[in-house]
Amino acid sequence: MRKVIIGNHALSYGAMLSRAQVIAAYPITPQTEVIELLSEMCANGELDAKFIKVESEHSAMTACVGASATGVRTFTATSAQGLALMHEVLHWAVGARTPVVMGNINRAMAPPWTIWTEQTDSLSQRDTGWMQIYCQNNQEVLDSVIQAYKVAEQVKLPAMVILAAFVLSHTSETVEMPEQEKVDEFLPPYELEYKIDPDDPHAFGGLTGPDGYFELRYIIQKAIEDAIPKWEEVGEEFGKLFGRSYGLVETYKIEDAKELIISSATVASTARSAIDYLREKGKKVGLLRIRVFRPFPAEKVKSLLSAIDKAIVIDRNISFGASGIFYQEVKAACYNEKNKPPIFGVITGLGGRDVGKKDIIDIYEYVMKQDKVESDIIWKGVRV
Amino acid sequence: MPKKSEVKIIFESIKDMPPLAVSLYTMDYNKTGSWRNVRPIIDYDKCTYCTICWKFCPEPSIDLEKIEVDGKEKFKPIINYKYCKGCGICWTECPVDAIYTEEESE
Repeated sequence: MRKVIIGNHALSYGAMLSRAQVIAAYPITPQTEVIELLSEMCANGELDAKFIKVESEHSAMTACVGASATGVRTFTATSAQGLALMHEVLHWAVGARTPVVMGNINRAMAPPWTIWTEQTDSLSQRDTGWMQIYCQNNQEVLDSVIQAYKVAEQVKLPAMVILAAFVLSHTSETVEMPEQEKVDEFLPPYELEYKIDPDDPHAFGGLTGPDGYFELRYIIQKAIEDAIPKWEEVGEEFGKLFGRSYGLVETYKIEDAKELIISSATVASTARSAIDYLREKGKKVGLLRIRVFRPFPAEKVKSLLSAIDKAIVIDRNISFGASGIFYQEVKAACYNEKNKPPIFGVITGLGGRDVGKKDIIDIYEYVMKQDKVESDIIWKGVRV
Repeated sequence: MPKKSEVKIIFESIKDMPPLAVSLYTMDYNKTGSWRNVRPIIDYDKCTYCTICWKFCPEPSIDLEKIEVDGKEKFKPIINYKYCKGCGICWTECPVDAIYTEEESE
């Protein structure tokens, strides 16, 4: 069955089909229709879940972590300032090894107060240990929620499904709705070995000294490394059942490519049509869309970049004092490689300024005129 | 989960460890009474057995013993000095000032 739904509702349906059992959310700005629809589903019985309305995003994530530690599937959603307010508990979710799944609508951070898209909110959380999936359309949003539970519950780490504000969150698209029985087959009930159980009491997250903490961090790193092949396996298995396969990255027209445009989310989607145009003009350019940002698909990036002449990373985010964040990651992954191209970093579309096909063509043409990387930031579209 | 032990478990490697910080033993081995600078002492001549000190003790290191006073069942608070940290909540909360303090000498 197909439905025309906005990206926010794609998250809601993803959580519903995954049979989330506890949903905790702060219902006011910057909340979106994700939670509105889920609260309706809980109220009318469509979804058999406990809906907990809390007083802040910090509490929303705390409720999810607590519920998840009892062995139930949890969901929440937020955006920008709300995600920032969760920061402390994002670390807690990882350390407690609770596979919470959350939707984050990429909005630019205030001040100035804003609601338009940018990725700096979620990228600011990159070192928490949360897995991050950047989606390019509403179908992928829905599908990624289901896959996120599967991977998260296997590696016991939380996952964030991320979509661009307005470009997806408030844009209606046709979405194929997976059948519940098939989702149940794909996603078995959540089982947890170490969980809160009144019949077998234990302290969770208690004081741990230098004799144990280090190993616990090592185990988390190993778990997130294990998630790298899992995202591929789960994406393929999803494809077999539902006809839509996913991986860590997506490539487009790379077979004979001499240059690669690297981006994420909806900017990468727009880049595809820019590449079609450039290909018609005889340019040998391809696309690398990074879908899973954490764990970072470094091996994929290294092997794809080893065979090309120039790479252009387009970031809709900024790490002040450094550069675009995907740019840093791509550069870092390639640094020790023998065969690597010059990597150009472009920052564009901050605060939701539109990034169109022509912008990406302009970026490509500008970079083609450069012999070497002069600066870590090429600004596109800023009025200086 | 493994059986709880009353001695501290030292893990030799990650193979023996759970994947998260979960207590596999009780905290009995951790005798927090050694942290105490000030020792609370209950004056049982003043104590009315209201059990407020027991309710407030955060550790909790006040135990109750069932006794009979004038034919009525009462609960007598007894401080467990192995774990009492001397935080001062009991003597602050006691409504009849039946808990006095002494500096710990050792």
